[in-house]
Amino acid sequence: MAEGVKPRVKAPKSASAGEVVTIKTLISHPMESGQRKDSSGNKIPRSIINRFTCDFNGQNVIDVTMEAAISTNPYFEFEATVPEAGEFKFTWYDDDGSVYEDTKAVSIA
Amino acid sequence: MRAFATSRATTSRLAMTIAGALAIAATPLFADEEADLVLNGETEMVVRTAAPDHLSDTLDEIYSGWVFRNDDTQVMQADDFDNPGMIFVDQAMEAWAAADGSEGKSCASCHDGPESMAGVRASYPKWNADAGEVRTLWMQINDCRENQMGAEPWKITGGDMAAMEALISVQSRGMPVNVAIDGPAAETWEKGKEIYYTRYGQLELSCANCHEENYGNYIRADHLSQGQINGFPTYRLKNAKLNSVQARFEGCIRDTRAEPFKPGSDEFIALELYVASRGNGLSVEGPSVRN
Amino acid sequence: MSITRRDTLALGLGAAALTILPFRLSAATEDAIAAFTGGADVADGGVDLTAPEIAENGNTVPIAVSAEGAAAILVLAAGNPTPGVAEFKFGPLAGSHSASTRIRLAGTQDVVAIAKMADGSFARASKTVKVTIGGCGG
Repeated sequence: MAEGVKPRVKAPKSASAGEVVTIKTLISHPMESGQRKDSSGNKIPRSIINRFTCDFNGQNVIDVTMEAAISTNPYFEFEATVPEAGEFKFTWYDDDGSVYEDTKAVSIA
Repeated sequence: MRAFATSRATTSRLAMTIAGALAIAATPLFADEEADLVLNGETEMVVRTAAPDHLSDTLDEIYSGWVFRNDDTQVMQADDFDNPGMIFVDQAMEAWAAADGSEGKSCASCHDGPESMAGVRASYPKWNADAGEVRTLWMQINDCRENQMGAEPWKITGGDMAAMEALISVQSRGMPVNVAIDGPAAETWEKGKEIYYTRYGQLELSCANCHEENYGNYIRADHLSQGQINGFPTYRLKNAKLNSVQARFEGCIRDTRAEPFKPGSDEFIALELYVASRGNGLSVEGPSVRN
Repeated sequence: MSITRRDTLALGLGAAALTILPFRLSAATEDAIAAFTGGADVADGGVDLTAPEIAENGNTVPIAVSAEGAAAILVLAAGNPTPGVAEFKFGPLAGSHSASTRIRLAGTQDVVAIAKMADGSFARASKTVKVTIGGCGG
């Protein structure tokens, strides 16, 4: 597991039924591209988050396949439909097998 | 006022794309050099103001480095969620509450919440009468670590220090930089001023050659700023981490092809006080976003 | 400085290129597109790609993609050592078929977005992003 990985998610706490809401996510991760060399000239192996998903009550919102060209500290902004009260689940999958998760509950206003 | 960033309408990139799809012109939230920084849609930041008295012979107005950046970079700093520097503020929140060292104390043991630091960043570096020296924020943090907590001092330009400086800066965001240059600090301030105007390196450049005489002009493909440090520590797109003032000074002097002073040296402490005072009146912005 | 003149010139050329020049991409990029489309025809337009004309630093370049009704959008950086950037697949609760992120560009190059529409057709947009060798960063 990469050191100090910490997800941040911005999502509204409440919405009206059927409302489209904006979601932003940011996770601290070096996203080592596999293209860089260390001071002795050896290639630093690739170590990135390769997939990000957002689901709401088990239904998918977005599923992103990520390559090494995604910047350090990956950021995503997208929109989701909130059909009912429930919970967003955010999942990041690391090359090293680690999985980072966050959830955000949404109530219907 | 000189011409700064190229003129392009900007708004949230997502909104812009959607607007584009509907063939509607994007709303110009930021109109290049006249752009104003409103943090999180709430806090109005002073990014340009009258130069402090001590600069009245050389500058009329002072500008935050934010003014010289392009729209995308400006927008990234305008919202705390979009600002990747805030990741490190979160990390420092944990460090604030974590006991370290032989005394079993954390920052919170003496200072309660980080909000108790409101105003601190705005007035540093400042004279410390007990110690009989000008202290920067990072000196004060390490003094706490060594003498209150019994902990190892942090590396001056390291990630732990930059994150803690960012957390402390956040408590003063929007407050005007107000660094005292008179009284017992005057001697250090004069020393810093002398360094600012001294040409260094094979390129024989002083701080002033770029940041006082040529701000707004291009240096290769970048706009030169006034070199203000009200936004430090700053998240740079270039290295995707928080960068400290002392590391920035080292980088600048290295770029003149000189042997730089060391971070933490008396010279750089004096320079930090002097450069901070050139920004008196600008809002504290740290952690800012720069290129 | 000549930047204003260069900007104007580049803008003019960019507009001309968009209307006249066909897409010409690296083999690796063509392969990535073929893998995504299965070799199907790709129409120009129908997908929006927002990216800066000049990136302040190639390490962190904000981009956004949007294609009404798309099932997925593939983003490629045609001039990177490997062209893959991201593939956005939109689920049933997607509020729009759009997304933004921040990407790395190794130099001045075309960023390409290919949208896979719900009916199985494909659409394409591309944009040249200039990545400059910076000054000192401030």
